[in-house]
Amino acid sequence: MDIFLQQIINGLVQGSIYALVALGYTMVYGIMGLINFAHGEVVMIGTLVTITVAGSLIKAGMPVAVAGLAGLMAAVLVCMALGWALERVAYRPLRNAPRLTPLITAIGMSIVLQNLAMMIWGRNYMTFPSLLPKVDFEFAGANFTMIQVIIVLVSAATMGGLLLLVYRTKLGMAMRATAQNPAVASLMGVNINRVIAAAFVIGSALGALAGVMVGTYYEIAHYQMGFMLGLKAFTAAVLGGIGNLAGAMLGGILLGIIEALGAGYIGDLTGGFLGSHYQDIFAFVVLIVVLMFKPSGLFGEKTGDRA
Amino acid sequence: MNFGRFFRSTVGIGLTAAFLVALPFIAATGGQAWVRILDFAILYVFLALGLNIVVGLAGLLDLGYIAFYAVGAYTWALLASPHFGLHWPIWAILPIAAGLACFAGVLLGSPTLKLRGDYLAIVTLGFGEIVRIFLNNLNAPINVTNGPQGITLIDPVSFGAFKFSGTTQIFGVALSGPQKYYFLLVALAILVIIINIRLQNSRIGRAWQAIREDEIAAKAIGINTRNLKLLAFAMGASFGGVAGGIFSAMQGFVSPESFSLLESIMILAMVVLGGMGHIPGVILGAVLLTVLPEVLRYGVGPLQMAVFGKMLVDPESLRMLVFGLALVLVMRFKPAGLWPSPERQRELQETGK
Amino acid sequence: MQAKLSVVALSVAAAFALSACGQKEEPKPVAAPAPAAKPEVVVKLGHVAPMTGPQAHLGKDNENGAVLAIEELNAKGMEIGGAKVKFQLLAEDDAADPKQGAIVAQKLVDAKVNGVIGHLNSGTTIPASKLYADAGIPQISGSATNPKYTQQGFATAFRVMANDVQQGKSLGEFAVKQGVKTVAIVDDRTAYGQGLADEFKKAAEASGIKVVANEYTTDKATDFKAILTKIKSTKAEMVFFGGMDAQGGPMAKQMKELGIKAKFLGGDGVCTPEFMKLGGPATEGQFCSLPGMPLEKLAKGPEFREKFSKKFGAEIQLYAPYVYDAVMVMADSMKRADSVEPAKFLPAVGQTKYDGVTAMVEFDALGDLKGGAISIYKYTGGKLEYVETLGGSTMEMAKAEVKEAVAEVKDAAKAVAGAATAVGKEAVSDVKDAAKAATEAGKDAVKAGAEAVKNAADATKAAVEKK
Repeated sequence: MDIFLQQIINGLVQGSIYALVALGYTMVYGIMGLINFAHGEVVMIGTLVTITVAGSLIKAGMPVAVAGLAGLMAAVLVCMALGWALERVAYRPLRNAPRLTPLITAIGMSIVLQNLAMMIWGRNYMTFPSLLPKVDFEFAGANFTMIQVIIVLVSAATMGGLLLLVYRTKLGMAMRATAQNPAVASLMGVNINRVIAAAFVIGSALGALAGVMVGTYYEIAHYQMGFMLGLKAFTAAVLGGIGNLAGAMLGGILLGIIEALGAGYIGDLTGGFLGSHYQDIFAFVVLIVVLMFKPSGLFGEKTGDRA
Repeated sequence: MNFGRFFRSTVGIGLTAAFLVALPFIAATGGQAWVRILDFAILYVFLALGLNIVVGLAGLLDLGYIAFYAVGAYTWALLASPHFGLHWPIWAILPIAAGLACFAGVLLGSPTLKLRGDYLAIVTLGFGEIVRIFLNNLNAPINVTNGPQGITLIDPVSFGAFKFSGTTQIFGVALSGPQKYYFLLVALAILVIIINIRLQNSRIGRAWQAIREDEIAAKAIGINTRNLKLLAFAMGASFGGVAGGIFSAMQGFVSPESFSLLESIMILAMVVLGGMGHIPGVILGAVLLTVLPEVLRYGVGPLQMAVFGKMLVDPESLRMLVFGLALVLVMRFKPAGLWPSPERQRELQETGK
Repeated sequence: MQAKLSVVALSVAAAFALSACGQKEEPKPVAAPAPAAKPEVVVKLGHVAPMTGPQAHLGKDNENGAVLAIEELNAKGMEIGGAKVKFQLLAEDDAADPKQGAIVAQKLVDAKVNGVIGHLNSGTTIPASKLYADAGIPQISGSATNPKYTQQGFATAFRVMANDVQQGKSLGEFAVKQGVKTVAIVDDRTAYGQGLADEFKKAAEASGIKVVANEYTTDKATDFKAILTKIKSTKAEMVFFGGMDAQGGPMAKQMKELGIKAKFLGGDGVCTPEFMKLGGPATEGQFCSLPGMPLEKLAKGPEFREKFSKKFGAEIQLYAPYVYDAVMVMADSMKRADSVEPAKFLPAVGQTKYDGVTAMVEFDALGDLKGGAISIYKYTGGKLEYVETLGGSTMEMAKAEVKEAVAEVKDAAKAVAGAATAVGKEAVSDVKDAAKAATEAGKDAVKAGAEAVKNAADATKAAVEKK
């Protein structure tokens, strides 16, 4: 039982990370129907910027807490700028193009960002400075750490904040209007360009936050870390019903737990025929099954033509 | 610039044929390695044309195309290597490879029929990864694919006693292994081009284009979209399977790492950069993306050494950077590709402004 | 047991025996009566390693090893078949990509090279080896460790480094020595990781260790908690990881976070400073292995290191000494066959018995290094500390022992001398006792040294007789 509990905790934490990244995907997709493939790369750049800033501040003798906070701020700012630039340079000119076009641009941007990051930070794995004191907890035979608790709380709080933003503010209303019908929204006086740019900037800020969380948790970073993470997070977003903020959160956690339990128990369940080597398959199998039977995701409302 | 008519004219065909025959001998003066690069270029032409049916004609964005290539490659590897002790002849394996890949295509196609656009892209991407992960892990409990170790000592292509590896004399001309593969690949590529052209101008081809432009309208005028989409997947996959088989025989070694997501993206980029749905464009895209990295490797590296005295930017990363930028820029400024079909260009000009 | 004299004599004898062995490797051609000097023959050796991409630094290191060897050969001036030969290196880049590997192999075959050194990665070496075999060109790799490379049955494929089978086996032996009863095995599903883990598993099971869990990850993963939790439930005493440092480091760390007490053991992929950097304090006290013996332990090791860093102004990364040996073995085989024609000197490569920097190079029927040594290291205080060497040829071991014994004897002599000076300086009554004690201690040390030298000499003799 303690093993089961431990696997649930593992899945919950991993899932919260997926959720945090998935929120960024879902924001952009919900408003303009674009899979921003480069979002995973934004997360990666957030992590690497934090390493550079916080790492050098710590080396310069700053207290860890201050350095960490400065790193986080720098990462958020850089990623916001990056998100804005991405939208302005790569996606905005393609807004009326056929659907394949922005998707291919997104793949291209993802490759460009990865290689730029490699040229700046090198090919080697980097260690992320430990920003939080290591506190271990034990509960019913399962171990977890402070940072794991923080990750779960941060992603829940972020989702709450986003929900408030979308449903309680003017910008949120504009976003919802744009998502429903950009043309009509603009007739109603919504500045579409500004709303979409805002979605990108906010999504990228969340990406930076996710990057810092991932970095603090694993204490390791690499220029290729974003791609698979982004893919899984996107799966999570689809699982929960893309465009739906609470859905992205739930989808992320669900996916994390499916993966942990899958890797932990599939060997025993299939008598050793399948093992933890199939861990990466679960996300895709779940994705295909969900899209086959419920194309709008588990918690998404029917969006008609979109799926 | 009516290339279609040019190619159809007798003089055009004669000149093209003469060029294609002479090419491997010209390349061989720079070493057999260049013939080998040429072989890969044609193999990619072949693959890109296969994907063109799915993406270019039917408008279904497939990010897992490499899976079919992998199926073909492993079919050949398993049926013609010491791994299972089987050494079947080419005329038995290639149809099986095509058939299995076709089956895989239908398998992928049927659950995704309802999906469009980016959802389809992400599901096909997942499918490609699933195939790769299975190939990488099916060495236990029963050893089917030999896992990450891959399969070695795969038989080369041979027709009876005529082997494609090693040098042979034909009519007094010495033909090296890569040169023989070149002619085989050119023959296959011409076959695929003919099929592509015939398809494009057939009922089926027009139906695909109708689906690509507007699926609902296509359905409304009585096109069986379900069957036609499946057909597109199946045909594209079969070509992928055949290409995989030849790749396997040419390399003599396959392992799952050759079938990564990046390869899928690469082939897609060939189709998209060249000109989706336009055969000469796709060929251009494939040749460009295969030869360009070589030029970068042998040009940019030494150039940097000569100018700066050291490597500032690794050509390998430069290659990927250029590749990514090319995707972005072409989508921005020439969304129909570098050499788009005349109709497509007209359409874009009409709707774009 | 008496006297230092015999010790010294013995050690001197042993040293001579050894140097004699060394010299025997380069028999002067029986006075090849070079009448009119033939024109200089250019011998082209191909070298392939990734010069671009993530492993470019290792590729450069390999190339440096080859360059050093070739410069030395040319400086020495060799005569083969009555003509002066000049070695020339054709360096190619395979970018660690199998497809590219085949293309450059074709290039070297076209250039009619006399032999090929490389490639660096098994993934490119294996497909390329077919092309060399078809062309009958001997190939010696200094770093490809996948067993498959030599198992394909090509007469042209050789390597001068212990392969993964040998390494997995030695790691299994080591686990037994540690008194481990149950082990969990994790691999990263790459050709390297899976191959190593499989061999370890075989060796561990053969010696009665129970494998309680087989888990898997990928070479891009960062989260191992799910599989580690499963391993925790099996209460394994040791976790073996077949994979690279970028995964091994975080894995060791997460083991600690989950409260897993098991030892961590890995192969050369995790035997790096990077592993300790990424794993932090969790790596302290864990073990890993590297093929070959540490350079410091080898008779010609330190000398090579010095030559290398003087020439290139860079530290040896990893495989340079092996590549250096590979070139030397190639040249040596040409010399013995008295021909630079691949067809003529290829049989000579198989009969190699070359006293190289890294080992006494001899090949078995497949072309693998005979008795390849594997050394175990321990991570202590952020450094890799040498523990012991497993496997390896008797000759190599003997040489290392002689080297150590000689050093011990020297130390002992110093101690004795020191004691003697002490004796001279102090003229107190109890000096005698002190001197006696010192002499006694010195004697013991000398005795131990003598024993070691004797053992070593015996081993040497045995090895020599085996010839």
